[in-house]
Parts: sequence; structure tokens; C-alpha cells
Amino acid sequence: MPESLLQLKNISYSYHSLQVETPALYQVSFHIDVGEFVAIVGPSGCGKSTLLSIVAGLLSPEEGTIVFHNPDGSLTYPKIGYMLQKDHLFEWRSVYQNAILGLEINKKLTQENIDRVLTLMKDYDLYKFKDKKPSELSGGMKQRAALIRTLALNPQLLLLDEPFSALDYQTRLMVSADICNIIRKSGKTALLITHDLSEAISLADRVIILSQRPATVKCEVPIRLTLPDDSPLATRNAPEFQYYFNLLWEALSDEKK
Amino acid sequence: MKKNKTQAAAELSRQEAYVKSHRQYKRRISSVRVIIFILFLMLWQFSSSAKLIDSFFFSSPLKVVLCFWELLTEKALLQHIGITLFETLTSFLLVFLVGMAAATLLWYSSGFSEIAEPYLVVLNSLPKSALAPLFIVWLGTGAKTIIVAGISVAVFGSIISLYTGFMQVDPEKITLIYTLGGKKRDAFRKVVLPGSVPIILSTMKVNIGLALVGVVIGEFLAARRGLGYLIIYGSQVFQMHMVITSIILLCIIAMGLYLLLQQIEHYCAKHF
Repeated sequence: MPESLLQLKNISYSYHSLQVETPALYQVSFHIDVGEFVAIVGPSGCGKSTLLSIVAGLLSPEEGTIVFHNPDGSLTYPKIGYMLQKDHLFEWRSVYQNAILGLEINKKLTQENIDRVLTLMKDYDLYKFKDKKPSELSGGMKQRAALIRTLALNPQLLLLDEPFSALDYQTRLMVSADICNIIRKSGKTALLITHDLSEAISLADRVIILSQRPATVKCEVPIRLTLPDDSPLATRNAPEFQYYFNLLWEALSDEKK
Repeated sequence: MKKNKTQAAAELSRQEAYVKSHRQYKRRISSVRVIIFILFLMLWQFSSSAKLIDSFFFSSPLKVVLCFWELLTEKALLQHIGITLFETLTSFLLVFLVGMAAATLLWYSSGFSEIAEPYLVVLNSLPKSALAPLFIVWLGTGAKTIIVAGISVAVFGSIISLYTGFMQVDPEKITLIYTLGGKKRDAFRKVVLPGSVPIILSTMKVNIGLALVGVVIGEFLAARRGLGYLIIYGSQVFQMHMVITSIILLCIIAMGLYLLLQQIEHYCAKHF
């Protein structure tokens, strides 16, 4: 049995203003195994992004603990890559310079790392655009460039905060399948936040449903799909897809009553 | 194939036509500008020759040219221009350095910026010419006082606009730096600074003008050299030609400095 990479125990977090305390997370507990792709869905504004910020270490929880088990056995914090909603590619840098931003910040511009970035760019059809400005890329290419920027640091856990929400529907289907493939091929563990149920079912191994604010884990649904073919839309054509969709839909609308 | 070619040729000529009409428009704009200037000079010269205005008070283009020549040959005009330029550029550079340093400091520490805010607002709205007498007492009459006067006019506004510019950077872009493992210093170097280049440049454009204003005010009050001094001296000895010549030279200097900064802006647009 693979050891879990990440374990959250009873995480609570509130936002404070002078007038009022707004609880965002209440006693959230779950775990993610090595190599697993987990999706979190929940009603909008339930505190999903807060949860990711806590996992990423950008916020510290007011209560509860986060335990990491590093797959390489060391006790150091595993490297976490965080992909935000928008690509946030910098217009004053070329696509390639954007991709190596993380390496630059961490002073890891070794030949090995640079070669890996260039290989990723070749693999995902960005190599011939490497000296272009981000504004010259299509929405899907920008997302891929942002993913390469995140992967350049070789993270063990990838956090995705609705990374496809800014794209139009068609691009979104293609890019989400694309990026899912990239992540699976590289064997990364990933935690995806989304409000799109079909996206969650088609990408994840397991879906965690959060309740209304203050968010707590309502239920977890493991996803097993038999894939009819290998196309990007394959998972959406799986016979079990509708069943899972209804299951999640029930759980979520239950929550809204 | 042949059809395609003719089509391409037609399109090319349409593109050419567009470029041509654009150029024509630009040319018309510049020629109207020049014509207005020439008409103004002619009207000025005519009214003064025809005694419609008193050339003793209002001078005339010809007298300005003569006066310019006289100043150049007899009164070391180049030295006056040089000193004014030197003082303006020095105070501009100091304003830029101080402004950047202070805005950076304010960006780094929100507590510090909150403390400093009322002071900056008051100092910025204070008429700086009110400070000039103090500078004269403290620093004497010389280039030092005038450079300080130039700085005092531009520096507070420049701190405020640079700081506001720094704060307008998308906070999510800064979060991005943190998610990549960066610190506040990286956020400044990789996002805030390069993202603020347009604001830095527009602030510089305003500052160079303000530095010139401050320097001329300083020269009015505390100088033996410089164009500001020539203006005051000219008005005291009723040499209106000298005053107007100096004002025209100031116009040319202001335009030159502006063009210089525009060149820097073009350079930055290409390279950043």
C-alpha cells in the first residue's frame, strides 16, 4: 500500500475583519497518496482556494496539522508546485524566460534543469514559440507554458486551482485532457480544485466533496472508469460517467438545500 | 495562380495606400504645427515693426535673435545654459534615485508607508517656493541651493506616484512568485520593478519638467548664473529682449529634455 504523501488533520481556518470573523474551513481532514490525482469540488465560495493556499504553505492553519511523508524518505518538506487560475505569464519576458522563472528565483539554473525545461517545451509544442511574447500564444498554449513553469522545479505534489476556468469550453476540454496526460506521464501527485463536476470525474482518481462554508469534507468518491478509447474525451464517454455525475450532483445539491 | 498574384498585388497596394495616407496625415499635422509657429513669429514681428505693440516691452523676433547673438558673444550665454542644464539634470537624477529608493522602502514595509503617508501628502502639496528662502539661509547662494530647490519640487510627488505604481501590480502575480518559492525580494525584482517600467518612465517625464521648474525658481532667488538669473536680471534692468530670449531658451531646453526621455522610453519599450 502506497504511503500517503500528504495528510491533513482537522484543519480549520477563519478570515478576520474588524467587524466579523468568517470561518472558511472547519475540521477538514483528508489524505493524498503518492501518484494519486485527487479533485476537490464544492459550492462556489466554500473555501477551496483557502485550502490550497494552506497546503501550499502560503497560509498557516489556525487549527490542525499537515503531515507530509516525503516519498524519498527524507524529512524535508516535499516540493510543491502551485498552478494558479490564470497563467500570469509576464509580458516583459519571452515564453522561455517565463518558463525558467522558478529556476531563476531558486537559483537552480543548471544545465540539467534548463535542458528539462527545453525538453518539456519540445514535448508540448511550445519550443518554436520559446522566444515569443506570451500575448502571441493561444489560451491553451499559455496554460501549458504555465504548467512547464511549475514543473520546471520538479515538484512532488502539484496543486491546481481551477487552472482551466479562464479558457473557453472547447479549449478547456483539450487543455485539461492535455495537462492531465502531462501530469500522469510524469507520475506526479496532483490535487485539483474545480467547480466543474465533469472535469473532476474525467481527470481524478478520487473526488472529495466539500460542504458549504465553513467547508468540511462531506464525502469522498473514488472514480473507476472503463475507458472506451484513448481520445481526450474518452473519460467523458465512459459508461460510468453518468453514474458518477449524478452521485456528485446529488451530494452537492443536497448541500445547497 | 495568376489570379492569386494579382490579388496579392492588389492587397499590397491597399496596404501601401493605407501607409501612404497615414504618412500624409502625419506630414500634414507637422506642417500645420510649423505654419502656426511661423505665422506667430510673423504676426509678432509685424505688430512690433508697425508699432502696434511697443517693442520695448514686447520685443520682437528680430530683436530676440540679435539679443541671442549679443548674449552669446558678450555675456557667456553658453555658460548660463550649461549651468541651468547641469543643475536640472543633477536634481532630476537625484530625484529619480531618491524617489526609487523611498518608494521601494515604502513598498517593502506597509507599516512604514502608513506612517509616512500624511507627511508625504503635506510635503507634496506645500508650495516649494516657500522653502527657497530657507535653503538660501541654510546652504548659501550657489548651485547646491538650486539643485536642492529642484529636488524639493519633484521628489515628493515622484515618491507618491512611484509607490502608487508599485502597489498597483496584480497581487496574484506576487502570489505566483511565492508559489515558486520566492521571497518578497524576488517579488520586487521579478514582478514589481519590471511591471512598473511604464509608470517609472511617465514619472520621469513629469519629473524632468518639475526639476526645471524648481531650478529656475532657485535661480530667481539665489544665483549669479543660469537662465533663471538672466530672466530676473533682464527684468530688473528693463531688458525685455533678454527675458524673452531666456524664456525661449528654456522652452527649447524643456523640449530637448522631453525628447531625450522619449528616446529612453522607446529604448525601454524595445528592450523590456
